[in-house]
Amino acid sequence: METRTVSLETRKVRKNKSKVRSLYADLVRDKYLYLLVLPGVMYFIVFKYIPMWGIVIAFQDYSPYLGVWKSEWVGVEHFIRFFSNPDFFILFRNTMMISLLNLVFFFPLPIVLSLLLNELSNQAYKRVLQSIVYLPHFLSWVIIAGISFLLLSESSGIVNMLLERAGLPKYDFLTNADTFWGLLVLQNIWKETGWGTIIILAAITAVDPQLYEAAKIDGANRWRQTWHITLPAIRSVILILLILRLGHIMDVGFEQVFLMSNGAVAEVADVFETYVYRNGIQNGQFSYTTAVGLFKSVVGLLLVVIANHVVKKLGEEGVY
Amino acid sequence: MKKSVGSRLFDTVNVIVLGFVGLVTLFPVYYVFVVSFTDPHEYLQKNGFVLFPQTWNISAYRYLMSTSAFLNATAVSAFLATAGTGLSLLFTAAMGFGLSRKRLRGRRMIMMMVLLTILFNPGIIPNYLVVRELGLINSVWSLIIPVLISGWNLILMKSFFDNIPAELEESALIDGCNDLGTFFRIIMPLSAAALAAFGLFYAVGYWNTFFHAVLYINDFSKAPLQIVLRNMLINSDTSTGGATAVEMISEQQIPTQTIKMAAVVIATLPILFVYPFLQKHFAKGVMLGSVKG
Repeated sequence: METRTVSLETRKVRKNKSKVRSLYADLVRDKYLYLLVLPGVMYFIVFKYIPMWGIVIAFQDYSPYLGVWKSEWVGVEHFIRFFSNPDFFILFRNTMMISLLNLVFFFPLPIVLSLLLNELSNQAYKRVLQSIVYLPHFLSWVIIAGISFLLLSESSGIVNMLLERAGLPKYDFLTNADTFWGLLVLQNIWKETGWGTIIILAAITAVDPQLYEAAKIDGANRWRQTWHITLPAIRSVILILLILRLGHIMDVGFEQVFLMSNGAVAEVADVFETYVYRNGIQNGQFSYTTAVGLFKSVVGLLLVVIANHVVKKLGEEGVY
Repeated sequence: MKKSVGSRLFDTVNVIVLGFVGLVTLFPVYYVFVVSFTDPHEYLQKNGFVLFPQTWNISAYRYLMSTSAFLNATAVSAFLATAGTGLSLLFTAAMGFGLSRKRLRGRRMIMMMVLLTILFNPGIIPNYLVVRELGLINSVWSLIIPVLISGWNLILMKSFFDNIPAELEESALIDGCNDLGTFFRIIMPLSAAALAAFGLFYAVGYWNTFFHAVLYINDFSKAPLQIVLRNMLINSDTSTGGATAVEMISEQQIPTQTIKMAAVVIATLPILFVYPFLQKHFAKGVMLGSVKG
């Protein structure tokens, strides 16, 4: 019977046993830990890694009838087809524009909001506000789309009613291709700004109060305190958030676009994922759309790796 | 210490600006709520411009409760939010705990494996094909099993377990517990706060299931709430599916808007209900796993 030592963290030094024997002994000793971990590992293998292997379909002319093993190989034919398709530029443009607009208009807002919230002296008021702004994060995109339709409808939406009363012309928010991207960004702002403040506020409150006191003694006003103490303190957090965002620049949310898209805005609304859904799931072009998805995922991975590298070069901790 | 004029001015403006932010955040939710309780006639009369209903009216809700499709979808979503969350929590915590024990051989390799899945996703199609091969298409389980463990949550939970002092494990050991016993009888009760936070994240995710249902579910009777809701909102169709076409024969023509908004309220209600109880947990939950700051 194996006895276990009380101190679990020290490893027994096995000088005379072979490595294989040691490995087996550890497996037996930790058998219940492995039992706990096993279902999870199996989940990752089946639902994360097997699909990764399914990427080979992008290089085949996959037919569900024949399966992966028997389908014909076509090399990079799908990729060539995709890149020479004018659709590609439309998808790319839409994806990039939505992401960039979000980066420029949405990204700074949680930071600003965090700073403003931080300046509140009334803690009760602050807590109430925080409760309010966290809420939209939990609402599904279906609900947010529904609310958007309700408020912005050209015929019966309250926003247009107000415009009418003010003597202004009504505006077709929901079916106007020019404002579609802006609408998406606004929705994102409403939904995620509050939630985004959590991590920034945590970083702000982690700052040593003595730094502020020292600055006050030196005569710094509140703005200078913010500029010289608070902002540098949250620099790391912001950089990390920025990398993550850049790494996901190709990931414009399927749900949001899918729900808000309609005939009038289709040209500016189509992004990689909606394209894959339409042509892949609905039209059955599995191989072609897998190639499209693969392109998107590889670019995303490259971006995260590069961004992480850049951040580390700047002296900050990266994501991994 | 006396504040300067500029400082006090800023404070006042700040309070107003933030108050405005709060109002802008709340107004859409408030408006939806109001419309859902508005008398259909009043709604038509004012052409939607209702800020506070003259009479509170629940005809929209009564209508929804009478449609089998809506109730069915709510039941599906409720199932996902309970069974799904339970399973997800169990397997995420189990794996997280196992990985937090430094003596586990292969720990680092498994962690790398998980990390990679966060960085790289092969795409919709390969995932769809796997689900199809497993025969899960049109099964409610296609909305649970493929998303059982979130890599993010796993890493955070592992970090949380890292911080549990070794003495606890050792005392359990002395009492004769093996790792399983330690996990279930000691670690889990202690982690109630963390479990509540992660549970909330999972539950909200499951309740809001939409994308995967669009992909994997064609059978309307298995559709979760968000799908039915979406059909109502976007297709201007409040018949909530073919099964309830019969129910459309009603004397009172209820304007679709009030019904739609009642559906939105019902879809939001569980979240709003659970929200105050767990608010204190989830902000902590986000920070639970972070080692820095």
